[in-house]
Amino acid sequence: MSGGWQAVIGLECHVQLMTRSKMFSGASTAYGAEPNTQACGVDVALPGTLPVPNGEAVRMAVRFGLAVGARVREVSVFARKNYFYPDLPKGYQISQYEEPIVEGGTVRVRGEDGRAFDVPLVRAHLEEDAGKSVHDAFHGSTGIDLNRAGTPLLEVVTEPALHSAADAAAYMKALHQLVVWLGICDGNLQEGSFRCDANVSVRRGADAPLGTRAEIKNVNSFRFVEKAIEYEIERQIRELEAGRAIVQETRLYDETRHQTRSMRGKESAHDYRYFPDPDLPPLVLPDGLLDAERAALPELPEARRARYESALGLSAYDAEQLTLARGIADCFEAVLAHLPGQAKLAANWVLGELAAALNAAGLAHGEGPVSPAALAGLLRRIVDGTLSGKLAKDVFAAMWAGEGDADAVIAARGLGQISDDGALIAAIDAVLAANPKQSEQFRAGDEKVFTWLVGQVMKATRGKANPARLNELLRARLSP
Amino acid sequence: MSLDPAAIDHLARLARLALDPADRARLGADLGRTVAMMDALQQIDVDGVEPLAQPHPLPAGLRPDAVTETDASEALLALSGASHGGYYLVPRVIE
Repeated sequence: MSGGWQAVIGLECHVQLMTRSKMFSGASTAYGAEPNTQACGVDVALPGTLPVPNGEAVRMAVRFGLAVGARVREVSVFARKNYFYPDLPKGYQISQYEEPIVEGGTVRVRGEDGRAFDVPLVRAHLEEDAGKSVHDAFHGSTGIDLNRAGTPLLEVVTEPALHSAADAAAYMKALHQLVVWLGICDGNLQEGSFRCDANVSVRRGADAPLGTRAEIKNVNSFRFVEKAIEYEIERQIRELEAGRAIVQETRLYDETRHQTRSMRGKESAHDYRYFPDPDLPPLVLPDGLLDAERAALPELPEARRARYESALGLSAYDAEQLTLARGIADCFEAVLAHLPGQAKLAANWVLGELAAALNAAGLAHGEGPVSPAALAGLLRRIVDGTLSGKLAKDVFAAMWAGEGDADAVIAARGLGQISDDGALIAAIDAVLAANPKQSEQFRAGDEKVFTWLVGQVMKATRGKANPARLNELLRARLSP
Repeated sequence: MSLDPAAIDHLARLARLALDPADRARLGADLGRTVAMMDALQQIDVDGVEPLAQPHPLPAGLRPDAVTETDASEALLALSGASHGGYYLVPRVIE
């Protein structure tokens, strides 16, 4: 970095947990409802109501803690974080402060360049979301929708251990992949299910004390996180080199102008006057929850990716693409279960033809009309030579259109590849007899004519000749 | 002892209160007395006393993840000072 500066970045990501009901009430968390129709007495802070924690949200937090190798507290404490804002009806947010449910742990990240690194976590704690403010729709007023108020969040906090905008974006992607993989978050960035705040400071070299940091709020796209941090690093270096001080503050990223701007002075932790919430006794994990979650923990993306390379012999690229989402990896494994030993072929089709069809239909792996077993049935006909790769694509399209399984389509369309030598030789001889000039040209050394002759036989067999066998037999027929 | 004006301003900002100068002086004196009482409490020797955040030792009961609440927006919005189109209305908030 220019002038010996080192950037120091820590991320706080808000992971919206995929529960049906809220963190402390039985109101629905479904997205997109009419304003305030999913905010009950607890969510709007009616006096006399009391919060009761959602057991499923607790289970999801435990699952995350185990997945990142963190310490999961048997006893954690809910605290009040006090601040005043219209979309926070209680005047405090129920969060966790001194004794969060998850402490420590690491997230394994792979950078754009393929380099793997671990990002250490400080903690992950349970808390409730605030409502939404609508600033533009009402003359002279701000509208408040409390449907989101009380939605369970897991706030995942890293150590200030990242040193570039690209690494920060790569971490955000890895965390996003992990929480979706674990089935605790739907990962929908547009709906705000996964949001990140970035704390950014710069210092003169890796040994200098940490500089004053600015917090960039609520950036909900991987690309904008990277751009916002890049801009902020440059801004801070510019300020310091001009002899000005960095102010601890919250800054908003302006997506259209690619810059950050000051939003408000940042409160310090003691301004929030955290204290244990007297409405909520300590959160004690139910008996057996930790063991059950440990046993149910799925193989994680990094482990699976490594296994695909080492045990299945797939390329690094295929292994990465297959483990981008658990649905893709599970689909691949389901195909492979029906087609042992054909990992490369299965990977090609799961990532190629199947992915393209799913994509065009707006579906995800695991959905769509062609099941993994049906796809395996099709690939088996490639392996045994019945279908060429090209014909297999036609059969796949027919299967997708609902014309039955691979064998049914092959039978109905008479698509079986001709691998029978007698039939192939008959077709070859007919072509050679009809094209004596080309045969002579080949014998005289014109190799290009061979491809033309193959094409003629293919045409005569309507593309059904087994290409490998056709090549062998044609060459034998033409040899003097 | 009165709380100094800078501290009062900071607290007023956290509480989103607009104070006129007379209130500022009065609140400074009031809060000064409150802080003095806290100082007195802090003189007490609490060595060996466990912090008590909860009056009873029961753990929190957990709720199954089920939607049990139905739309009560009409009744709840009726309790507010102002509402429109299903939204609670508050004085315009400017970032």
